[in-house]
Amino acid sequence: MTLRDFDWVLVAFVLIICTLGVIEIRSATLHTKFAGVHVKQIYWIMGGLGCMLLVSVINYQTLLEKVHWMYIAAVTSLMSVLVFGQKYLGARRWVKLPGGNHFQPSEWVKLILILAVAKYFADLQHRELSWSDFIKAGAIVGVPMLMVLAQPDLGTALTYLPIAIVGLFLGGISWKQALAIILLAGLAMPLAWHHLKDYQKQRLVSFMSPDNDPRGAGYHVRQSEIAVGSGGIWGSSSGSQTHLAFLPEPHTDFIFAAFSEEHGFVGALGVLLLYFIVLMRLTQNAQTAPDRAGTFIVMGVVAVLTFHILVNIGMVVGFMPVTGIPLPLMSYGGSSVLFMFLALGMVMNVRMRRFVN
Amino acid sequence: MFSHDEKPSHIRLTAFQYVILAIFLFLAYGLWRLQVSQNDYYSAAAERNRVREVPILAPRGKILDRYGRTIVDNYPSFTALLMRDSSRNLNADADVIAAGLHMDPREVREKIRHFESLPQYQPIYLKEDITPDEEAFVEAHKSELPELDTIMAYRRLYPRKGFLAHLIGYVGEVSEDMLNQPQFELYNPGDVVGKSGVELQYNQLLMGTNGSRQVVVNSHGKEVGEALDEKPAVPGKPLKLTIDVDLQIAAEEAMEGKNGAIVAMDPHTGEILAMASRPTFDPNDFSVRIGRSDWAKLVNDPDKPLLNKAIQAQLAPGSTFKIIMSVAGWQEGIAQNMHVICNGSANFYGRNSKCWVYFEHRTHGDVDLTKAIYQSCDVFFYTLADRLGIGRIAKYATAFGLGQKTGIDLPEEASGVMPSEEWKLRNFRQRWFPGETISVGIGQGAIAVTPVQLIRAISAISMGGRMVVPHVVNPTNLPSGFVEVGRYTQVKEIPVDPNGWNTITDAMDRVLTPEGTAFSAHIPGVDIAGKTGSAQVVSLALRAKHENDENFAQNGWFVGFTPKRNPDIVVCTLFQGGEHGKLAARIATQVIKAYVDKQQRQPTSVARATTGNGQVEIGALWTASDEEGAADKLGGGRIRVDLSKKPPVLATAAPGLGGVN
Repeated sequence: MTLRDFDWVLVAFVLIICTLGVIEIRSATLHTKFAGVHVKQIYWIMGGLGCMLLVSVINYQTLLEKVHWMYIAAVTSLMSVLVFGQKYLGARRWVKLPGGNHFQPSEWVKLILILAVAKYFADLQHRELSWSDFIKAGAIVGVPMLMVLAQPDLGTALTYLPIAIVGLFLGGISWKQALAIILLAGLAMPLAWHHLKDYQKQRLVSFMSPDNDPRGAGYHVRQSEIAVGSGGIWGSSSGSQTHLAFLPEPHTDFIFAAFSEEHGFVGALGVLLLYFIVLMRLTQNAQTAPDRAGTFIVMGVVAVLTFHILVNIGMVVGFMPVTGIPLPLMSYGGSSVLFMFLALGMVMNVRMRRFVN
Repeated sequence: MFSHDEKPSHIRLTAFQYVILAIFLFLAYGLWRLQVSQNDYYSAAAERNRVREVPILAPRGKILDRYGRTIVDNYPSFTALLMRDSSRNLNADADVIAAGLHMDPREVREKIRHFESLPQYQPIYLKEDITPDEEAFVEAHKSELPELDTIMAYRRLYPRKGFLAHLIGYVGEVSEDMLNQPQFELYNPGDVVGKSGVELQYNQLLMGTNGSRQVVVNSHGKEVGEALDEKPAVPGKPLKLTIDVDLQIAAEEAMEGKNGAIVAMDPHTGEILAMASRPTFDPNDFSVRIGRSDWAKLVNDPDKPLLNKAIQAQLAPGSTFKIIMSVAGWQEGIAQNMHVICNGSANFYGRNSKCWVYFEHRTHGDVDLTKAIYQSCDVFFYTLADRLGIGRIAKYATAFGLGQKTGIDLPEEASGVMPSEEWKLRNFRQRWFPGETISVGIGQGAIAVTPVQLIRAISAISMGGRMVVPHVVNPTNLPSGFVEVGRYTQVKEIPVDPNGWNTITDAMDRVLTPEGTAFSAHIPGVDIAGKTGSAQVVSLALRAKHENDENFAQNGWFVGFTPKRNPDIVVCTLFQGGEHGKLAARIATQVIKAYVDKQQRQPTSVARATTGNGQVEIGALWTASDEEGAADKLGGGRIRVDLSKKPPVLATAAPGLGGVN
């Protein structure tokens, strides 16, 4: 196991995306009060690289053996947020900080969840899932998900779903079972709607018809579309939406909109291509994984990544409601960057041991 | 059953890859839809459809006196600015603009250059608080100089010369620390809030709520078309003080050139009729942002101009404390029959304590309570203190509110110090020595009071035991529920023997007669009772040695009221460095005279000006400086204004009569 086993190709593409992100953050914050944060992002990325190295060093098999403890720690940390976190939030009413100024537990819980799901499905003896397996798997993901939901943080809670989905799918779920879930979800929709907070409802409503209320909740959606659309094929010369502060959160949630405005269809498609290459590369690492668990781990990362990209860029082009989910590797924010590199570290971990038996 | 290592179905993995591909094609389609297919539409939209929220500033509530006369108001302040439309060459116009705005053209050019690095939508602020003729200049050149514009903000207009400055306070931008406190949760950065005085205490009432307008702006930030949505501003509510401007003017003029404080109060209700502290400062300096060096000057001034001495100066009361001693002595049955021979000094606990007459080479001779009061005999009160003991003295002093805050509705009130055995044990871990009681008996030693505490205590005694809560705003003038009314209107009756009350007040009545200590302050025809105090800063012996050293000068105190029982008004003066209580007395009686004079005339009221010309009598606070500069002084009560004159220029003159029209 040498340094050659490291997936340098993957690292290279990831760093290209990160660099584009930093450049865009700088451009988007140039004359604002956030000027200079791109430097922080560089530090996060470097820190992330270090973390990635660290994580890849410990054999993931060892980690998997300890996953029960990690899971308990994860749930405890989410509990502590529910108990202590409220008090901090009570007295302050600031605009939400991009990505969180500190590492939110819900982020690293995601990592542990990937491991936990991988271990669970790896240990299963059947090719197909029994109903009890199915429910147990649901609980493993469901419990932390509900705790995050209670924070309340709907967006992050939803990012736990892809881990469950990919686990179930690769774990051998049958069509019947899949259908059952879809039906259940459909029935639960009205109940879920009732429990949504007002602003979340607003977001969904304005997503459906943004022109209904272009000055209110539909504002973000519309502004994003305008920014992206005005980019044209080669990019807008003035980049006015980003630079005149009409595009909200240009360095965090809407960074892709800022990028698309400045670099047009060509640039945006290029970035999409880069992400696609990264995902394909990751999948390849899944296929060459030495064991079942390894595959699950890598695919868990792929699922989360894909979900983020789908939801964020989908939001930017107006296909998805506004959710506050960052674009991995490009959006400004320590939590997001660190999570990505830790996840990549897990992937490296698996890959580096692909010849080991 | 399969082995641990059998990997998940290859087909399913591949299926995932295709799902990912599908997702990306979906996203690419989204991009194509916006950027290629409907590019023209969105580019145009980018040009046109921008919505900004512009705040509508809420004016702050006015502050009025008890008769509704305006003391503090707002004025609209205009700032001249340059919009940065790229088609105009700003530098070419710089000379013309500079001339019209009375600025140096180099300064204008410098600003233009400085702003070049900032985004285009940011206008260049040229000059704040422009005068009406500068405003007119901008207006007149709207077509030749379209980039020149103005923006309005309200600024606080305070009276000149620091009139009522400490009680009113000042406003400023809310600070980071304040924003983090729970009671300021709803405020935004940049909001202007009260920072001291009633501006702070009643900020919630005075501060309105800003409204907003949603407007469409073009890519240069200029408003186009009509407002889309408008939420009107809620103006702040006016605050009516209990202050009587006429008495306040008398108080401020009486304190002119002196350091200290003066308070006038209605002894029945606790309403403060006048309050001044010296030296003072000009709150107009704070109106938006005070310069750092000016702030440093105020803070570092050893005379402490920012301190409201009426509620924050904690000093030894001197002989004024003897009144409380007298009540204590009478209630305990000691003082009424006490006789003492004053030879100018007496020995207590191994120390020879002097009476003030010693330094004038006199004696008081045979002294009873009455003479002890109007002649302020120290030996009598040393003796009384010794017989009472600090415990009983503290009991009565505390009952009359010394050593505690009065609860006045102003921020940062000081609590003073009333020593006792427990107090000394708690704070110094030492036992109280009986020798210390002697000093307390004449209002020296560890005892420290604020003027407002002292006036409340003496007022209570003059009213036969009626303890009120001093306040500067009548709570019934506030919206219901704003403050607990009872908090300021509650009255406590402290039992005082009627004979004692009569004796003591009669004795105080003789203080301003030829046999008393403050005859020079008497007002012919007005029955004023009171007590002087000369509080030593150093020992009398040391003082005698350094007669001309200002630093050792005593503080003069006086508390006076009229008539001598159940009075209509009480006044307390602190004259720092004034040496003798009688000098403080002269200041106080001037205010009492103003009060009495006013009572004997018709009360003034604010007359709404009519559209006619001629003279109108109004109770105004400021007078504008007319062209001759003749009317440039503080005036109150009866002011005659010639309305045919044009209103004064706002920004350069004193606060004028612009509000009355």
